[in-house]
Amino acid sequence: MAPPEDLWLDQDAGPVVRPYALIGGRTRPAGEALDVIAMIIAVRGVTPDPVGLQPEHLAALRLSALPISVADLAADLDLPLGVVQILLGDLRERSLITVHNPIPPARLPDPQILKEVVDGLRRL
Amino acid sequence: MAYAGSDRAGVPVSIKILIAGGFGVGKTTLVGSVTEIRPLLTEEPLTAPGARVDMLRGVERKTTTTVALDFGRITIRDNLVVYLFGTPGQERFWFMWDELSRGALGAVVLADTRRLADCFPSVDYFEKHHVPFVVAVNCFDGARRYDPRAVRSALDLDPDVPVVLCDARQTTSGKEVLIALVEHAIATIRRNSEPSAEVLAP
Repeated sequence: MAPPEDLWLDQDAGPVVRPYALIGGRTRPAGEALDVIAMIIAVRGVTPDPVGLQPEHLAALRLSALPISVADLAADLDLPLGVVQILLGDLRERSLITVHNPIPPARLPDPQILKEVVDGLRRL
Repeated sequence: MAYAGSDRAGVPVSIKILIAGGFGVGKTTLVGSVTEIRPLLTEEPLTAPGARVDMLRGVERKTTTTVALDFGRITIRDNLVVYLFGTPGQERFWFMWDELSRGALGAVVLADTRRLADCFPSVDYFEKHHVPFVVAVNCFDGARRYDPRAVRSALDLDPDVPVVLCDARQTTSGKEVLIALVEHAIATIRRNSEPSAEVLAP
């Protein structure tokens, strides 16, 4: 068996990149945490002041013209989740997006929603 | 904190399900059997051995590297979406479990009876964090078919935790696993809310 340091980068580790240049080395988003399945919606009719925004901020803004989850945004932008959370924190600070964190399952206003999930899965 | 309200009108309800289990147990296969998989990149803080890799790569002062998760989305109907996240099995990836499991409806722990011990950490994690879960025994070709009761006993599961046999390659089987989980989560939520059921009733 290889020594642990040689096992560190296996097929699960994915590509090694340096995305944090994009967000100035920050590791936490501004403001409240953004859940991976929080829904993001761009605020309509606002032209963002591009100063201080990266092309990736603007790309995230374009993709969230319709409600989109944080995870979908990260997959669409091909950027790590944590980076996208920070980009979105910036957009939220500038009031360019609204963030809707998910409702905990036990507090869903309509318990029928989970029944609908079961029925929907059956139809797959 | 207000969750329901007019400000949510038109905002899709999103539900999170985790697919966990040991390395190579079939998590990717299971997610792929019910939906299209997209890689989702996430970060891992570099550990000491990682720092050595970092130096070999010639990248200075990098403190994280990226890890790909299996990510799937099932649209149930307009404004109701289920997200699946295949969580890396190795313990070194656990830092991301806390974030992924927060607010999750539940988890599927995929088990291979030839290496049942590989799913102990996942079972322990979800028990400790009160995340509803089912154990799905992936019946690989040639793997001996175990009695679910034997698996339950070997994993020392609570009596209410469902154990299902599955073939992670089959859509029918994959969706049955998810249905078992959602039904178990519904039962768990109902049980936990019983003392205040009148308050929650519409």
